[in-house]
Amino acid sequence: MMAESKNVPMIKELSKGIFESNPAFVQALGMCPTLATTTSATNGLGMGLATLSVLVMSNIVVSLIRKLVPEKIRIPIYIIIIAGFVTMIDLLMHGFTYDLWKTLGLFIPLIVVNCVILGRAESFASKNGIFRSILDGIGMGLGFTLALTLLGAVREIFGAGSIFGITLWGDAFNVFIMILPPGAFITLGLLIATFNWIGISKKEKAKKKAAIEKAKSQKVGDAA
Amino acid sequence: MKLFLIFLSAILVNNFVLQKFLGICPFLGVSKKIDTAVGMSLAVTFVMVLASIITWLLNGLLIAMNLQFLTTIVFILVIAVLVQFVEIFLKKASPALYEALGIFLPLITTNCAILGLALLNVQNNYTLLETIFNAVGAGLGFGMALILFAGIREEMEFADIPAPFKGLAGALITAGILSMSFVGFNGMIKL
Repeated sequence: MMAESKNVPMIKELSKGIFESNPAFVQALGMCPTLATTTSATNGLGMGLATLSVLVMSNIVVSLIRKLVPEKIRIPIYIIIIAGFVTMIDLLMHGFTYDLWKTLGLFIPLIVVNCVILGRAESFASKNGIFRSILDGIGMGLGFTLALTLLGAVREIFGAGSIFGITLWGDAFNVFIMILPPGAFITLGLLIATFNWIGISKKEKAKKKAAIEKAKSQKVGDAA
Repeated sequence: MKLFLIFLSAILVNNFVLQKFLGICPFLGVSKKIDTAVGMSLAVTFVMVLASIITWLLNGLLIAMNLQFLTTIVFILVIAVLVQFVEIFLKKASPALYEALGIFLPLITTNCAILGLALLNVQNNYTLLETIFNAVGAGLGFGMALILFAGIREEMEFADIPAPFKGLAGALITAGILSMSFVGFNGMIKL
């Protein structure tokens, strides 16, 4: 599928990561940070942006060197490239966003083993030009960021009664479990189920529409 | 006593999968059958113990050379090489086990539980012995969560689940309920 992606319009490379192949909701990649760092909308957004920057940079480098890398040792090479960028982000976050760095903690070095990044390097950037790879990285990264922010926002609203740290109703109706680990599993499960439900009902509508149109055209055919 | 507490805490209180969200990919990916779950847990525990020991030793070297900022790069390389090495070694030494683990071995490299454990050991300033106990506990905890979950999922095959909840969504909610039961252990051990 990736080999003939030259025919795909540029905008598609950007948008596919956000909707139809969203890394977190659809492909279920990078589940560990998705579940672990989304105790609030801000944390989700921070983790998403950190992943986005590593993803775009690693896509650029992998795409640049794609003709030089020997087939057999490509995975270790990709991992070293990714690890280098992760170390940079780790140090930058330590310097500039210390509070966020402290909350995300272990999960910043663990961006190295986020399968979204290695997955894009292997299945996209190593086969496509640099411009497309940048778009792909931004799209996938944005999709991941959106998913994490959404999950974080839902958990924060129900668990702490606030959003992005702004109090909505405070402690009045807190469902404490939402902030605890089980809340992450259950919220993500419900969100994915909602997306599935939307997908299923859309398909059924399309089917009904097609059936009606088919019946209409048959009638027209009969009349003629 | 502290060793025993570290061990127990890694299995129950700070269960890697259900409380710390490390190693979710294999947890969701290879939990459809109990047999494969057992194979995966064995492989992970084995690599965890080896990787913890080697990264602990290397970390001493990194500190001595004042190169701590290289920790992430060095650790992930060590784990990748180690997994490859274990694969080659098992192929020669015990073909039966190698057959049984099959595809799971190479997948362990990108299992964040391994790298996470190695980094945690270093962050907590564990001694070598504590590191080993923590690694065995983490591996067993991972195995226990995975096998429990696989058992539930085998039963769920026969259940009538509403269409939107089929597959990943239902699995996540099941994991949430499983995780809820582990919340009960919270605060039992203070290290």
